[in-house]
Amino acid sequence: MALARKLLRVNLTLGTCVEEPVNQEWVRQYLGQRGLASKYLASEIDPKVDALSPGNKLIFTVGPLTGTMAATGGRYSVVTKGPLTNAIACGNSGGYFGNELRSAGWDMVIFEGKSEKPVYLFIENEKAQLLPADEFWGKSVWETEGGLKKKHQDPQIRVSCIGRAGENQVLFAGIVNDLHRAAGRSGVGAVMGSKNLKAIAVRGTLGVGNIADPKAFMAAVKAGKKVLADNPVTGQGLPKYGTQVLMNVINEMGASPTRNHQDVQFAGASKISGEAMHEKRESDGKSHLVTNQACFGCTIACGRISRIDEKHFSVSTKPEYWGASGGLEYEAAWAFGNANGVDDLEALQYCNLLCNEEGMDPISFGATVGAVMELYELGVITKEEIGFEAPFGSAEALCKLAELTARGEGFGKILGQGSKRLCTKYGRPDLSMTVKGQEFPAYDGRALQGMGLAYATSNRGACHLRGYMVSPEVLGIPVKMEPKATEGKPEMLKAFQDATAVVDSTGLCLFTTFAWNLNDIQPQIQAACEGDWSMESLLMVGERIWNLEREFNLAAGITGKDDTLPPRLLNEPCKTGPQAGMVSQLDKMLPEYYQLRGWSSDGVPTNETRARLGL
Amino acid sequence: MQKSLLIDPGKCTGCRQCEMACSYEHSGIFNTSDSRIRVFEFHHEGRNVPYTCTQCAEAWCLSACPVEAIKLDALTGAKVVSDSVCVGCKVCTIACPFGTINYKYETGKVQKCDLCGGDPACARECPTGAITFVDADWTGLDRMRQWAQKTDTQAQV
Repeated sequence: MALARKLLRVNLTLGTCVEEPVNQEWVRQYLGQRGLASKYLASEIDPKVDALSPGNKLIFTVGPLTGTMAATGGRYSVVTKGPLTNAIACGNSGGYFGNELRSAGWDMVIFEGKSEKPVYLFIENEKAQLLPADEFWGKSVWETEGGLKKKHQDPQIRVSCIGRAGENQVLFAGIVNDLHRAAGRSGVGAVMGSKNLKAIAVRGTLGVGNIADPKAFMAAVKAGKKVLADNPVTGQGLPKYGTQVLMNVINEMGASPTRNHQDVQFAGASKISGEAMHEKRESDGKSHLVTNQACFGCTIACGRISRIDEKHFSVSTKPEYWGASGGLEYEAAWAFGNANGVDDLEALQYCNLLCNEEGMDPISFGATVGAVMELYELGVITKEEIGFEAPFGSAEALCKLAELTARGEGFGKILGQGSKRLCTKYGRPDLSMTVKGQEFPAYDGRALQGMGLAYATSNRGACHLRGYMVSPEVLGIPVKMEPKATEGKPEMLKAFQDATAVVDSTGLCLFTTFAWNLNDIQPQIQAACEGDWSMESLLMVGERIWNLEREFNLAAGITGKDDTLPPRLLNEPCKTGPQAGMVSQLDKMLPEYYQLRGWSSDGVPTNETRARLGL
Repeated sequence: MQKSLLIDPGKCTGCRQCEMACSYEHSGIFNTSDSRIRVFEFHHEGRNVPYTCTQCAEAWCLSACPVEAIKLDALTGAKVVSDSVCVGCKVCTIACPFGTINYKYETGKVQKCDLCGGDPACARECPTGAITFVDADWTGLDRMRQWAQKTDTQAQV
């Protein structure tokens, strides 16, 4: 088995770090990472527990391929109960931290309880200790990472930590590693903050050795890399334009939610697109994009490294932001841009830097600003309450709101509660573009019927990473499906959801699946791990994970009634573009989806389904 | 033909496949901290730079070793550490101007690039061509070609 078979249990209340063997029966059922950690969480906490109370647990976890030469094998996940959704939350991140944790010999770190004072966990291979973090509390992600490396006099330490957003319990706070990679969604950073846990700093020098069949593994890895290199998306599009390759494509499809989902096309999209990041700026003759960047082990390298325009109003007096750093990915560019009608690329990058610096989910932040701007234009929220004017299209308002939210000041305290709570507070819950409390990402659920169903049924609230129906509906992967149609969508979505749950449990990046399907991944897992990891057993693992998460959510009080979309998506048609006139036909798809899942008509797994999956 | 590693940092994405390949080739373990080639990240410049031994013609490490544990591999041109001879005195690590020979606490020996006996794993696994293994006499060939391309060869009228 490629897993190290040991986990670290950290009791923050008692201040103890204890080694434990990993439950091997659960490994056979849930593989690793997302699946295995979800099983631990579901088995160890009361699903009804307050997500920000000491009764919640926070699990950092890697997969069997993390830290190996498998292409993109550097991922880790953070699993907990999410404060934004009250559902099971799982944030996934790349960068270099996952490999470091794995190389230190740990498959998982489970944090429980709450520390009386701020602490951080310091791991050097088998040695783990909780140390005081008073000097880092109140500091940003960037200051904390630099400070920890300096304190331990080791630049090779890798750090995963929260910024001020997590400390301030911003409900969509993320956990950031390697300065700009993040377990971003569902508020996992707020849970970390609630436990007075500032950071995990790791130095791992043991490596990953116990591959079951090294020769077969290297052959499978080599074959996989070739598929990625030869594919036009993973071999060319993503390295050149990053995920931002989608900005113009989705906009032209009429599937780009704009100004809080009032429209589905944004006139300024081309100005904030992947192509625009390559163009030379008028101000200094330099392009916004500096280079692409890989995460650990990744042969795609879709990451963006950008340099902001020093003369832009947001940073002209702040030289600390002038260097190259993590640039705009598609979801972030959309959330700051299209969702708010802002087409100022440099303003978007400033917000991106703030989200990385302070540990905040750019999607939920940007989408919540969209709600604020609509409520402002409706006169529901006033200039006096916000402190300044905040109409759609205002780059100034966007930047100021990012500062206030990340630092927990003024109106930012309200914005930091997310769109659902904010809109409810102002008496307009209908204007919150969320599912189960989490904000939509960058694809319209009316224009892409399958995406609408994916949002409604996602186990972590509105999310594009739980069943990426954009692949068939826009890109034609694995087959082209008509965006307007509902036929066949429930079946395809189920397959995507289950396969995604497998990928998220391996240590690999989901972006490989633009080129790979499970047939490319299976030989890598089979060669790395002992036991039977046939396609059949992997698909069973994926379905089991999905149902386990579903059962956690049901036990937490979320029901089939919550598998829905905001009224705007069900009633207000797309105004322009190829999908004009469309609303989500969720009611046509949901019953069939439940049936395919083996759930009752109100969305509960039947006893037969539970027995079949061994739940 | 003598070959040598050629590193083009402009093509490096920072993926560390080279580091894993190096450690796996030598120990069968994926372990970047055991790699003889290291990628350095200059974050605020947006640069990643792989760096390893250049196999100096007159190798300071080889000259400094008091027990003659470092020898020239005549086939590859690599300066290779013999683990059975090395006493871990670290004098070579002081002599090397580039820091590319390092003492390993775990083994009590020094460690450096040995060109994998003539088929360097780092170059083999680099996905972007940032690390290649080329004719040692012509490491400047690509750069020459780039300049040659810029030469105006249109007939003067």
